[in-house]
Amino acid sequence: MSFDGLTGILVVPAIAAALLAVLPGYRLTARLNVLATTLTLLCALSLFFGRPPPGNYLLVDDLNGTFVVLTTFVGFTTSVFSSSYIGHELEIGRLTPPFVRFYHAMYQVLMFAMNLALVANNIGLMWVAIEMATLTTVLMVGIYRTHEALEAAWKYFILGSVGIALALFGTILVYMAARPVIGEGLGAMVWTVLVTRAGSFDPALLDLAFVFLLLGYGTKVGLAPLHAWLPDAHAEGPTPISAVLSGLLLNVALYALLRFKILLAANAAALAPGPLMVTLGLLSLVFAAFMLYRRRDIKRLFAYSSIEHMGIITFAFGMGGPLANFAGLLHMTMHSLTKSAIFFAVGHVAQVKGTQRIADMGGLTETHPLLGWGLILGVVAIAGLPPLGIFTSEFLVVSSTFARQPWLALILVFGLVVGLAGLFLRLNSIAFGEPRGPSAKAKASYVPMFAHLGLVLTAGIYMPPALVAWFQNVAGLLG
Amino acid sequence: MSRLDFDVAHLLAGTLVLISFLQLYQDRLYALLNVYAAHALTLAASVAWQAFVQDAPHLYLTAAIALVFKAIVIPVALHRIIVKLGIHREIENVVGVGPAMLAGMGLVALSMVVMLRVTHDADPLAREDLAFALSVVLLGLLMMVTRRNAVGQVVGFMSLENGLVLAATGAKGMPLVVEISIAFSILIAFIVIGIFLFRIRERFDTVDVQALDRFRGERR
Repeated sequence: MSFDGLTGILVVPAIAAALLAVLPGYRLTARLNVLATTLTLLCALSLFFGRPPPGNYLLVDDLNGTFVVLTTFVGFTTSVFSSSYIGHELEIGRLTPPFVRFYHAMYQVLMFAMNLALVANNIGLMWVAIEMATLTTVLMVGIYRTHEALEAAWKYFILGSVGIALALFGTILVYMAARPVIGEGLGAMVWTVLVTRAGSFDPALLDLAFVFLLLGYGTKVGLAPLHAWLPDAHAEGPTPISAVLSGLLLNVALYALLRFKILLAANAAALAPGPLMVTLGLLSLVFAAFMLYRRRDIKRLFAYSSIEHMGIITFAFGMGGPLANFAGLLHMTMHSLTKSAIFFAVGHVAQVKGTQRIADMGGLTETHPLLGWGLILGVVAIAGLPPLGIFTSEFLVVSSTFARQPWLALILVFGLVVGLAGLFLRLNSIAFGEPRGPSAKAKASYVPMFAHLGLVLTAGIYMPPALVAWFQNVAGLLG
Repeated sequence: MSRLDFDVAHLLAGTLVLISFLQLYQDRLYALLNVYAAHALTLAASVAWQAFVQDAPHLYLTAAIALVFKAIVIPVALHRIIVKLGIHREIENVVGVGPAMLAGMGLVALSMVVMLRVTHDADPLAREDLAFALSVVLLGLLMMVTRRNAVGQVVGFMSLENGLVLAATGAKGMPLVVEISIAFSILIAFIVIGIFLFRIRERFDTVDVQALDRFRGERR
């Protein structure tokens, strides 16, 4: 097989993981980590210019190409942030060198697993990749070995495994539905084959399969009421992992759901997946919006905000149609960029203040102006205020819903407003007021954070026509 | 398909469901592990029978994995862990035996109703296999929620995975990739769990998950 971008995004992280597992020295490995993610990003970008034809196992099309580029980009910026973050953790002795080595290797394994899940053309392979991503993140969440980290990792492991198990059952049911039509063997698990023949599958089996897949992968997306693992896992793991979890892994699980949604849409007699996704999406949005109020831990706060936004995205894709799909894609991209930027800021804030408790930090704009204002900009963006990118996408979601289902739009707007108020209430006590906690100078890397926020701001003000056309094209694929 | 083929497959899958029920009310860890070993053994027999009936030699590999790894290696290893940690006392069930059994019966009835209704076109063996498999999966879930002890939860999870293997082998001609992945994921999962158990022990002096609850981040 000749070397192309598709091979690159899988082989580079795999090799890097093997190297990082054995190489000593923090400085070298952190740089190698950044180098590997840079190369992966370049390989992903090369997919725009030439892509291999779909095989039985791998596939690149416009839909997952978008996800791959987003994943590798955030993976790259997070690795830059991670090198300064982990350096600090090493200094204060929260992590020891062997753990740093383990952490870097796992980071690359996670990148590999996420890329594999995205480019898998085989529903079995996709499942394996998502399971692998789950296991790596479990290990990383527990890396600090504190009481809280262990509890979070255990909970994540148990809930994640149950979700993954249900998803596998759904995958088997899809195969059962496909077998009478396509025949036994590999073909009945290849997505491109499935989708062309889905019209003649047994609709009842497909319905049941989708329910299991929705519950299974929905757990990984963090949809309420299956979200219980998410806040703990975000709060107790290293912050770069929170950024990758929120910004990427939730998307990957959602992508798996979208693939199966397309499959169901191709069968006229099967149940419409839209209403189920709309219900779960709205439930997550409203639930998480209320949960924002009583948070005392800064990372938990933004974890609940992630549930809220995954709810909005699931809702948008559930509504379907070109406009809502476009809005959903845009929102997903903007949320990934913004949320990871916020976690970059939060990571440094927690390091300089030495705590994650909101009550122990205050007046951040006075003690650490750059971090404080960066965080404020991020929260303004995530709350959906103009002129940032999330405002655009939320506006599109709301307006497209108003045109079709005004009542649903009312609930949506209600959730958004509640969430906005909750975020600003907390932000106020973090960023302004009497300075509290240590005010030592931060050794932070601001570039990834402001790069993300800059992109979000640019997208809010001016979207290049080429990008709009691309998203419209992908939205059309989603049906 | 001959009558005998069908009956034996039916018997084995039914036995698996029955053993799942047995697991539900075990209140000692050793006994629980023994019942789990029987569960895995039945699974191995069932998979081997499917391999024979479907004339699919690669399924023998899955059967062998179930036999060696799940029925022997894991129970023995968990046995050792229990001895090492000195936790061979009673399991505290969150729910009593009676309600748990009733809930279990409800779940089995549910899976029968759901699966038999939607799969009327499929061949009868695959159809009933799938119904049994869903029962085992749901009973595994039930076991995970009725146990407080980490070891109990792990056993619940593993019996849930057994149900998945039953479903995968019942689906005729399903590509090998999935079977291997299941075996592999159990391997990984087990390592993870092993690490966790030791770490939990290191930090808490107990594997009672309730002790973990006290350290929830929100209650500070």
